[in-house]
Amino acid sequence: MLELRKDIFADERDDNLNEIGKGTQRQDMLGHVTGTSTYFNDHKLQGMLHLKVLRSSHAHARIRRIDTGEAERSPGVRRIIRGADVPRNLNTLLSLINFGKDDEPTLAVDKVRYKGEPVVAVVADSDREAFEALAKIRVDYEPLGAVFDVEEALKAGAPVVNETYPKNTFTYYEIYDHQKLRFGDVERGFASADHVLEQRYQMSPIEHAPTETNGSIAAPDTNGRYVVYTSTQALFFSLDTCAKILDVPSNTFHFIGGTVGGGFGGKVDTLTEPLAILGAMLTGRPVRYIFGREEEMQYGPPRGAERIYLKDGVRRDGRIVARKVRAYFDSGAYTRLSSYAVVKCAAHLPGPYTIPNVYGDIYCVFTNRTPATAMRGFGVTAMDFAIECQMDKLAHLVGMDPMEFRILNAYRDGDMKAHRREAKNTALIECVQVAAEKAKWSLREEFKRMSSRKDGGGERAAVPVTATDPLKPARPAAQQRTPYDRPPRPAAAPEPPRPTPPAGSPTPAPQPAAHGAIRFSSVFGSRRR
Amino acid sequence: MARHRGRGIASINYPIGMNLGGDPSQALVHSNPSGKFTVSLSSIDLGQGMKSVTRQICAETLGVPVEDVYVDTADSDTGPHCMGSFASRGTHRVGNAVMAAAKEARGVLMEAAAEELEVNAADLETDGRGNIHVKGAPHRSISTKDVAIAAQFKQGKTISGRGIFLVPLSAVDPETGEMSPATCYAHACMVAEVEVDDETGEVAMVRMDSAYELGRALNPRLVEQQLVGGAWMGVSHALFETTEPYYPDPNHGPRDFVEYLMPGPGDVCPHDIAVLERPAPDGPFGAKGPGEMCANPVMPAVANAIFNAVGVRVDELPITPEKVLRAIKAQGGARPQARR
Repeated sequence: MLELRKDIFADERDDNLNEIGKGTQRQDMLGHVTGTSTYFNDHKLQGMLHLKVLRSSHAHARIRRIDTGEAERSPGVRRIIRGADVPRNLNTLLSLINFGKDDEPTLAVDKVRYKGEPVVAVVADSDREAFEALAKIRVDYEPLGAVFDVEEALKAGAPVVNETYPKNTFTYYEIYDHQKLRFGDVERGFASADHVLEQRYQMSPIEHAPTETNGSIAAPDTNGRYVVYTSTQALFFSLDTCAKILDVPSNTFHFIGGTVGGGFGGKVDTLTEPLAILGAMLTGRPVRYIFGREEEMQYGPPRGAERIYLKDGVRRDGRIVARKVRAYFDSGAYTRLSSYAVVKCAAHLPGPYTIPNVYGDIYCVFTNRTPATAMRGFGVTAMDFAIECQMDKLAHLVGMDPMEFRILNAYRDGDMKAHRREAKNTALIECVQVAAEKAKWSLREEFKRMSSRKDGGGERAAVPVTATDPLKPARPAAQQRTPYDRPPRPAAAPEPPRPTPPAGSPTPAPQPAAHGAIRFSSVFGSRRR
Repeated sequence: MARHRGRGIASINYPIGMNLGGDPSQALVHSNPSGKFTVSLSSIDLGQGMKSVTRQICAETLGVPVEDVYVDTADSDTGPHCMGSFASRGTHRVGNAVMAAAKEARGVLMEAAAEELEVNAADLETDGRGNIHVKGAPHRSISTKDVAIAAQFKQGKTISGRGIFLVPLSAVDPETGEMSPATCYAHACMVAEVEVDDETGEVAMVRMDSAYELGRALNPRLVEQQLVGGAWMGVSHALFETTEPYYPDPNHGPRDFVEYLMPGPGDVCPHDIAVLERPAPDGPFGAKGPGEMCANPVMPAVANAIFNAVGVRVDELPITPEKVLRAIKAQGGARPQARR
């Protein structure tokens, strides 16, 4: 049951509108309830072939040899695709916004880094014939030590999961192995607290579980173009990713999608389109590549599992005075989007509360498991679980009602947030008050009278004196960044020349450390503002 | 051996749109000669109602009935660029782009109507039912259909508009994390009531009461669909779901919906929702977006309710009967906390 509380914040709205605010029936309702809405897999094209991939049976192994001889002679097989057939067999999704290094092949070449990593693709007349051919491919693996725990992966001597990031962590701003947040002085905050509580929280990897699994159908169109029916959540994101991997201009493709059977973040990674299109390019026939349920569940990317350590200082009167956070995002074997979620997580600290001292170190860690990706609440869900369990424990510790404890600490209009922007348009207090009312949870009168629009700002608007970490020397970029719309061909884009120190000279002086604001993404590159 | 009831709460906020911005969306709006409008997007409808929300935004901005607008999504040849349907950005980013495009189209529509009625466009208003009339003189009126015909065949005007919405990309300070992550935030508070069986460790949902603040609720039924479904996902994350039951040991992962547990119809509980609307200054008609945040408060609220019921803290998701039972045994039995 849903109730609109029009009485709250009524002075900030004009409710005299014609169409907005009405529960109008969905435009696509009739199609959905009669089963006539068109999804990508409803396109049955004449002469359509079927693509399936052979997936790694090891979590971490060197590939010694791949023998596809018998598979090639298998009935119905039209084409075997190997890593060497992929024009640009190394990509990272966020290269489209100029963030991160290319670290993931479409088909594994020298090494597999997680169980289920695609190694070879087979295009055949039917799904069955494709599966039968896959069973005839022989891969000679040399198993390597694997690491599955985020904190083990950071230890010296841990197996290197992904050579692009040899320390098993994503690199931020060319210098750091984590994203920092620094606001005030947490150690002084802890010293002034009556209670200090440190706890560990663990999120689990979770499947998006869409009704429709990931998939796409690519077909040769007239005039050298390809039409692609896809389940993607991000049409141009997928189109531009394919243009990069297949090394063709983006207008080679006509992507059609828009009606998707559930996404929740699991259909951003463009997992099927590049191979489906490549299959169509190599055979001249329409090619379908759709995940089975087991592939979707185990080898399609899950919500990543974060491990979070929270340390809070709270005073007897219920005020939280310091919050220190150390969190590890388990990215799996490749970056995909976890690097982005880490920054989003840092921005989210310390949750919707005004705390004068906040400290965060958030790591994006590589392990030998299926790469994680976005899922509903990306970067925030696990942190909210940790913070809100912790809030309950803190309220218990100081003997306060947990609702009143949250209202007391809630951020209000005019407060300074830990990422150093003023809080505006806040409404946490009102949500707690209304939820209490709904649940018949009694609040003391003074807490019922509190408001997001009152008593914020002032002292609470100050940016406290903050110590930052000692600066470390910057390392030069190991890999050239690519612009958003037109990735250069690898052959035409050699590493930018670097000054070579004269022989015998001492190690070059460390470059000045990057400090001050750095753009981390988009077409502007990693430039200072 | 007994069943114990407990209540727990959680309160959260959630940023709208991609972190740091820099995530544009475009929209095109045009009328056919009968005064029916098409919105062309490359955005995706995942089932959340993208087409319907943008349709209402377009109709409201143009001043025409919603039946006169059709939204065409996700064709890269006809729909202009959109970053994608994620990061709770659809309503806010695409909605704003559609609004901008509809405003431009409305400008031409009113100019064309003014020419037909031989008045100044500034003196005209729409009635939201498909007519344009002189302010204060409803009898001096023309239908959008007649305006569209005149624009196309007589005046040679294109009733169309282009829109883009971009929150400029924010920089990040590597040392302090100073940044502008989002322009607006949604809020929520959830009260979950559970019943814990101290013999089996099983947790049953009894009820949920919640308050969500989402900016303006553009379509309350679509909002309800998101909040009800999202809370269900939250319950599922809290108590059931994992692709790696022994994480970080990757073995024994589920392969289908027989092995991957999720709550069924018998596990659904009543959920009483209040929606608050504090309009976002930069949202389309003040809208923020309910999409992602609705699952977030449920997990901790359930965990906190379990503590209230039996006195154990399970800090690792999912909170399976095994974990609850082990924790109860470790503390020598259930210790119900003060009833709330």
